[in-house]
Amino acid sequence: MTQTTGTWAVKVGLAQMLKGGVIMDVVTPEHAKIAEEAGACAVMALERVPSDIRKDGGVARMSDPEMIQGIIEAVTIPVMAKARIGHFVEADILQALGIDYIDESEVLTPADETHHIDKHAFKVPFVCGCRNLGEALRRIGEGAAMIRTKGEAGTGDIVEAVRHMRAVQDEIRRLQNMPDDELYTVAKELQAPLHLVQQVKKEGRLPVVNFAAGGVATPADAALMMRLGADGVFVGSGIFKSENPPLVAKAIVEATTHYQDPEVLARISTGLGKAMPGLSVASLPKEQLMAGRGW
Amino acid sequence: MKKRVGVLALQGDFREHREVLESLGHEVREIRKPAQLEDLDALIIPGGESTTIARLIISNGFQQPLRDFCASGRPTWGTCAGAILLAKEVDNLDRPGIETMHIAVHRNAFGRQVDSFEADLNVRGLEGGPVRAVFIRAPLIQRVDPPAEAIATLDDGTIVAAREENLLAISFHPELTGDSRLHEFFLTIGTPAREPAVEVAG
Repeated sequence: MTQTTGTWAVKVGLAQMLKGGVIMDVVTPEHAKIAEEAGACAVMALERVPSDIRKDGGVARMSDPEMIQGIIEAVTIPVMAKARIGHFVEADILQALGIDYIDESEVLTPADETHHIDKHAFKVPFVCGCRNLGEALRRIGEGAAMIRTKGEAGTGDIVEAVRHMRAVQDEIRRLQNMPDDELYTVAKELQAPLHLVQQVKKEGRLPVVNFAAGGVATPADAALMMRLGADGVFVGSGIFKSENPPLVAKAIVEATTHYQDPEVLARISTGLGKAMPGLSVASLPKEQLMAGRGW
Repeated sequence: MKKRVGVLALQGDFREHREVLESLGHEVREIRKPAQLEDLDALIIPGGESTTIARLIISNGFQQPLRDFCASGRPTWGTCAGAILLAKEVDNLDRPGIETMHIAVHRNAFGRQVDSFEADLNVRGLEGGPVRAVFIRAPLIQRVDPPAEAIATLDDGTIVAAREENLLAISFHPELTGDSRLHEFFLTIGTPAREPAVEVAG
């Protein structure tokens, strides 16, 4: 019996196991333990949460391996970490550290303004951000085994997450109503691989799991993204920039399970203290938006 | 015969199980509240993150209703995280699961995600040759105690599937490979109740 590692099925499969769950940004082993205790299905290890990256400015890079190692040792759930767009050496390092999923992320400062990482070349799976179907399929073509809609990280404003999720879902519905002979031109317009466009039409959904990210700050936000078709949610600054992180984290986990049940949502949304302060995306100058990074 | 099968839908890959069962012509219900267990013929506890599902089982009052369901003799199947939750003994899980099946399980037994793998595997009692088994941060079954028995092992003897009367625990993911033989097999394992069926709390 031959055992084969790093296959497409095991890469995509881990994301399938995360569905219906919440992946939380953490910057210390203590945060990671709070996230695990609250019921996170995975944690994202990074040096600063996106709202602090936004505030501090400068170049945002892969986190210190020592910090990542500390988080890996602190929890038994999967640990993800971010590499800069196109920075395949950061990805090599994260794979060597034993990270379970790499996020090639627009939240960090891009290392390459033309090319993303060739993700097929790795055994470890990758998740990438998208704003629309074409961007999602380009990333999957490069080997991403999981997608997240980008939203606008570090704002606590859900508006961009909604825009991106609706864009992906609308384009999928449009493809389903299209005759096969028009898909060639559509693939060209979407700048996406034809075989993936054909697959999406046939199956009526993305070929990999799609989480929502970038702006989730409350249980209601998480449930909204699930109602719009997300398979699960990433929460960044929304937890550890709130008044009561353990309580908010647990409530968002419950909301992601019971997203169709308003009575449960009402109960778990009660008494959580102040949510993260938040920044309206409409008030941000264009050059401060992270979602535009990625090609 | 068409059956009504529940898939515990607290977290994990419940949709994949639902789709396999629907392709076999069964009625499928996603279970998010204990009261929904009442009129099912069988139940699947899917793959997912076992620590997350264990918490949601407790916070949603599922622990005793799930124990009662297992004791009622109806087929109950745990895949990966689900197998961890069925086991009487688990190392490295910080919450009790359902703790009903006489097996001891070791979580994340094969290492981290880069060590996740696929292999062809023979399952005792399953006709038509080996299944393609996908192991994702998978648990292994360290020990089976009677009346539980091993029904599949890797070449090195590691137990990756076990059965105890109406209970089935499997380390890998038959719901991911498009081969529905294990789902069909599962729906045949129901036995008469081991003890009188307990009224499920609402």
